[in-house]
Amino acid sequence: MIPFSYSKPQSLSQAVASHAGHGSDRGSWAADYFAGGTDMMQLMHDRVRNPERIIDITALPGLDRIQVDEQSMHLGALVRMSDAACHPHVVKNYRVVAEALLASASPQVRNLATLGGNLLQRTRCGYFRDAVLPCNKRLPGSGCPAVGGQNAGLAILGTSEHCIATYAGDFANALLVVDAKLHIAGAAGTRTIPVSDLHRRPGQTPHLETQLHPGELIVAIEFPATTGGWRSHYLKVRERTSFAFALASVAVALDLAADGTVQDARIAVGGVATTPWRLPLVEQALRGRKLDAELCRKAASLAATGAVPQTQNAFKVPLLQRVVARGLEETGGLA
Amino acid sequence: MNRRNFLATALAAGSAMLTPESSAGEMSHFEPPTAAREADAVQTMTFALTINGAEHQLPETPVNTTLLDCLRDSLHLTGTKKGCGLGQCGACTVLVDGRRVKSCLCLAVMQQGKQITTIEGLGRPEGLGTPEELHPLQAAFIEHDAFQCGYCTSGQIMSGVACIHEGHAGSDDEVREWMSGNLCRCGAYTNIVAAVREVARRSASA
Ligand SMILES: Cc1cc2nc3c(=O)[nH]c(=O)nc-3n(C[C@H](O)[C@H](O)[C@H](O)COP(=O)(O)OP(=O)(O)OC[C@H]3O[C@@H](n4cnc5c(N)ncnc54)[C@H](O)[C@@H]3O)c2cc1C
Ligand code: FES
Ligand code: FES
Repeated sequence: MIPFSYSKPQSLSQAVASHAGHGSDRGSWAADYFAGGTDMMQLMHDRVRNPERIIDITALPGLDRIQVDEQSMHLGALVRMSDAACHPHVVKNYRVVAEALLASASPQVRNLATLGGNLLQRTRCGYFRDAVLPCNKRLPGSGCPAVGGQNAGLAILGTSEHCIATYAGDFANALLVVDAKLHIAGAAGTRTIPVSDLHRRPGQTPHLETQLHPGELIVAIEFPATTGGWRSHYLKVRERTSFAFALASVAVALDLAADGTVQDARIAVGGVATTPWRLPLVEQALRGRKLDAELCRKAASLAATGAVPQTQNAFKVPLLQRVVARGLEETGGLA
Repeated sequence: MNRRNFLATALAAGSAMLTPESSAGEMSHFEPPTAAREADAVQTMTFALTINGAEHQLPETPVNTTLLDCLRDSLHLTGTKKGCGLGQCGACTVLVDGRRVKSCLCLAVMQQGKQITTIEGLGRPEGLGTPEELHPLQAAFIEHDAFQCGYCTSGQIMSGVACIHEGHAGSDDEVREWMSGNLCRCGAYTNIVAAVREVARRSASA
């Protein structure tokens, strides 16, 4: 394990100050926050991150709280994946979120991993995770060997010629379809952004992965109250049944009228794109129509619109369409 | 430079040479150079851990020590196994405050004030488990022949104890899903599931 120094601040302002003292201009040497540590330990083990200091944020007051009232639910950034997944209010009102969490990692990882850390987990692209290989995300300007290389697991949506790494997480996809917001705190104060604004597409700057400024902390995730006819569901397809990252996954939230007409729809997919990814064309194709197997299939045929398959991952185009169709059918009680 | 760091550096240099397009003077993809970081002083701390009910005072310990390495190398509690060191195999599973975690993903220094249970402490709360005083799941693993080489076994048992306690052992499928964080290279899964199910059934009817 790489050497580092360790600090355990007792307040948000101390944490932010500690981070600022260990320069964000230092590439992979800069200080890193450490929550559950499940991604940090891997990244440091593989020398992808080499922080000279890690800042243990687990003592920050209030960040492990779950608060529920009539208008909203707040999950603190330090809430463990396992605790969020089995919280009765989450299970009852945000089924897609509970299912996405339970389809992630393993029980032992979920007992450690936090929600904030989950949103900020790094890609599983093998070139990014191997510190001796070129990678524009890890070392800007070094090139992207995944283009034309081992890219079976990589993205078909939202890619650029500089990076085709998949956003590997599940939870963020579910957050997109429940319209969640993030509370953020940093040196310049606090702000709130929709989850959909958090992750950036690679474009020319694949090393800039999120809209967070250096040293900013995710404090909490806010969920608007669910209403009436919304039903939601997460379907994830992997190389094995459990304990694997997605080949393709779909988060579905449908507002269904009593006669099965789709009043509103929010669909997001994982395992296929460079960020958590909404499918507005599929949503539009569903709205105002009666949900049946035919409509699910038709709408889902639009799921891969704009996809740019690579040498080894063209299978993700039909796979994504089928996963979306199946996810819609299961949500609507048709499968 | 210790052996492990030497190997990492040598491997890094080796694969850079093997990359066909790499040439002298080209930017190193290995950033930052490991050697530069070796010079950095490793911060150490003294602290205590509570393991199987007993407090263990640790001498000056590098803060980058994992809970797994601390258990095995510093405290000689070698029942907890190291497989992948990356959270992927489950061999290193222990309980922290009653919850199963992968000890290879935990820093030892962050476990102060917590109750850690390892396979050595399962049979008896005092941490003196003997062959005569096995935990029911340890006994069931023997009865069901739920291992071959045994490398994954202590992790399977720790995970299984938590799985039963969480109430996630109601069917074979449920056990398979909730034990999916524990891999067995020998493929003893059928008998592992049987052992976990039997103890779950017995504790439900008790
Ligand atoms: C074996 C294995 C399998 C996995 N499988 C899946 C899977 O199937 N699906 C899935 O979605 N995930 C999976 N994961 C990823 C796992 O969910 C993440 O590693 C975990 O959620 C990260 O949370 P953490 O608290 O451990 O983060 P850490 O490792 O502590 O931190 C991760 C990153 O987030 C930053 N950070 C943490 N908290 C904050 C905060 N509050 N504010 C700002 N920055 C912060 C850290 O600086 C770091 O950059 C898997 C992980 C492992 C080890
Ligand atoms: S050694 Fe910890 S999970 Fe493999
Ligand atoms: S018994 Fe050999 S790895 Fe499981």
